[in-house]
Amino acid sequence: MGDLDLSVLLSDLGKALWETLQMSAVSLVVALLLGLPLGFLLYLTRRGLLLQNRLVHFLGGIFVNFVRSLPYVILLILVLPLANLVTGHTTGPISASVSLSIACIAFYARLVEVSLSEVGKGVIEAARSTGASNWLIVKEVLFPEALPGLVRGFTVTAISLIGYSAMAGVVGGGGVGFLAINYGYYRYETGVMLVTVVVLIVIVQAIQVLGDWSAARIDRSR
Amino acid sequence: MLRLKDIHVEFPGKTGAVYAVRAASLEVADGEVYGIVGTSGAGKSTLLRTVNLLQRPTSGEVWLDDVELTRLPERELRAVRRRIGMVFQHFNLAASRTVHDNIALPLLAAGVPEDKIRQRVPELLALVGLSDKEFVKPGKLSGGQKQRVGIARALATEPSVLLCDEPTSALDPESTESILQLLSEVNRRLGVTILVISHELAVIKSICHRVAVMTDGEIVEENGVFELFAHPVHDFTKELVNRSLELELPERVRQSAPGTLLRLVYRGESAEAPILSQAVRELGVHINILHGHIEYIDGRPLGVLIVGLEGSTAALTRTVVFLRERVARLEVLRHG
Repeated sequence: MGDLDLSVLLSDLGKALWETLQMSAVSLVVALLLGLPLGFLLYLTRRGLLLQNRLVHFLGGIFVNFVRSLPYVILLILVLPLANLVTGHTTGPISASVSLSIACIAFYARLVEVSLSEVGKGVIEAARSTGASNWLIVKEVLFPEALPGLVRGFTVTAISLIGYSAMAGVVGGGGVGFLAINYGYYRYETGVMLVTVVVLIVIVQAIQVLGDWSAARIDRSR
Repeated sequence: MLRLKDIHVEFPGKTGAVYAVRAASLEVADGEVYGIVGTSGAGKSTLLRTVNLLQRPTSGEVWLDDVELTRLPERELRAVRRRIGMVFQHFNLAASRTVHDNIALPLLAAGVPEDKIRQRVPELLALVGLSDKEFVKPGKLSGGQKQRVGIARALATEPSVLLCDEPTSALDPESTESILQLLSEVNRRLGVTILVISHELAVIKSICHRVAVMTDGEIVEENGVFELFAHPVHDFTKELVNRSLELELPERVRQSAPGTLLRLVYRGESAEAPILSQAVRELGVHINILHGHIEYIDGRPLGVLIVGLEGSTAALTRTVVFLRERVARLEVLRHG
C-alpha cells in the first residue's frame, strides 16, 4: 500500500469530479430531452390511450429493452464508433457521455412510463370529455399529475448514472469512479480508494436527498 | 335533441365477444332530465360513455341535434365534446392542480383567452356555491365540494347536454341531496339537458322526468318517472320499484291486528282524495291505518297504505268494492 499523497490526490480528485460532472450533466440533459418524451410516447401509445399505436409502442419497447439488457460496459464499446462520429473522440468524458446518454434515455424512459401509468385513468378520461387536445391533456393533466414520480425517476436515473460513469473510465472517460478503480484496484492505494468512495457516497446521498426533497415539496402542495 | 340509435358495444373476451350494450336506443328531448337505472354491470356506464364517444360503439349511431357524432373525425368530435359536459362518480379532478385550473381546462381546450378564463371561473364557482375555494387543491375539499367542482368544470363551456355517471354514488346522503338539487337547478335555470345514470332509484325519482331501465346490456323499459313507478311492466322494473315501494307489516302487528287487512296503492288524484274518511262515513266500517308511505314523484303523489277494516261482513264487502274502484291497486292481505 503506497503512501497517501494528499496534494496529488486533491488535484486528481478535482479533475475527476469535473469529469464526472461533465458526463452526468450531458447525459442527464439528454435523458430529459429524449428519455422524457420517449417515456411519454411509450405510455401514450399503449392500448386504449390517447395515441394508441401498437407498432410505435412495440418499437419503443424494443429499443428500451435492448439498451437495458446490455451490460453497460458492452454498450459503451458498441457505441464507440458513434461516439467518435458525434464528438470526434473515442476517449474523454464528452465521448463517454454518448453511451451514458443512451443508457440514461432508456432507463429514464421506462421510469417515466411507469410514473405516467400511475396517473388515474379517470382524470385522463375527464380531460378527454372536455374536448381537450392530446397536447393539452399531456401539458395540463398528465405531466403535472405525474410530476412527483417523474422527479423520483430522475433521481434514480442520476444515481445509476454515477455508477455507470465509473465504467466509462475504462475507455478513458475519467471521473470519480474511475479514480477509485485506478488507485484502489490497479495501484493498491486503498487510502485514495476509500476517499473516492466516500466522495461517491456523498454525491449519491446528496442527489437522493435533493430528489426526495423536491418530490416531497411537489407532493405536499396538493 | 340527443338520440342513440341501436347502439351495440362489445368487448373482446376470452370466450368470444362480450356485449356490454345491446341494441340500445333512446331519445332525450332538449331541457329534459333523463335517467338510466339498472344494477351495476348492466352496461349503463358504457352506454353513457358512447354519447360523447369516450367509448366508441361497435355499431349504432349517436346524434346530437342534426349531427351524427359517430361519423365525425377526432378533431370535430373534440369541438362537439365542448357542447357535452360530463360529471363522474369519482369526480376525476386533477389532484395536482387547483380548483381554478381544473375548471379552466375545458376553457383552454375551447381556446378561450386567458383574461376571459379568469373572469369565467369565478362565475362558475359562484354557480356551484364554492366561491371561496378557487385556489384550493381538490385534496382539501369534501366529496360534495369535489363534485361541485366537477359540475363547474362540466358546465364551463356552456354545454347543452350534461352527462352524469353515478354523480352521487360516492357521496354521503346529505351531499347527495345537495348535488341532486344543484343538478335540478342547472337543468331548470340554464336549460341544460341532463342524462344521468344511477343504480339508485332514489336519485332517478328525485330529479328525472323520464327514465329507462337497463339490465344485461339492454334497455327493457322506458317511461315517465311517475308512470314507471305507477305501472312497472318488465319483471326487472317491478322488482326494482317494489323494493322501493313495498311495505312489510311487522309480524306481531299482522298477528294481532283485528279485521280484514288490505294493501292499497294510490296514485295521482286518488292519493289526494279523502276516500278513506269517505268510506268510514258512508259505509259503516272502522279503518285503522297500520302502515303507510306516500311519496311525490315529479310532483305527483304515489302512496302505499296497509289498513285494517272492521265491521259487518256486508260492510266489509261494500268497502272493498268501494275502495277497489278508487285506488290503483287493492290487495287483500287477510280476510277478517
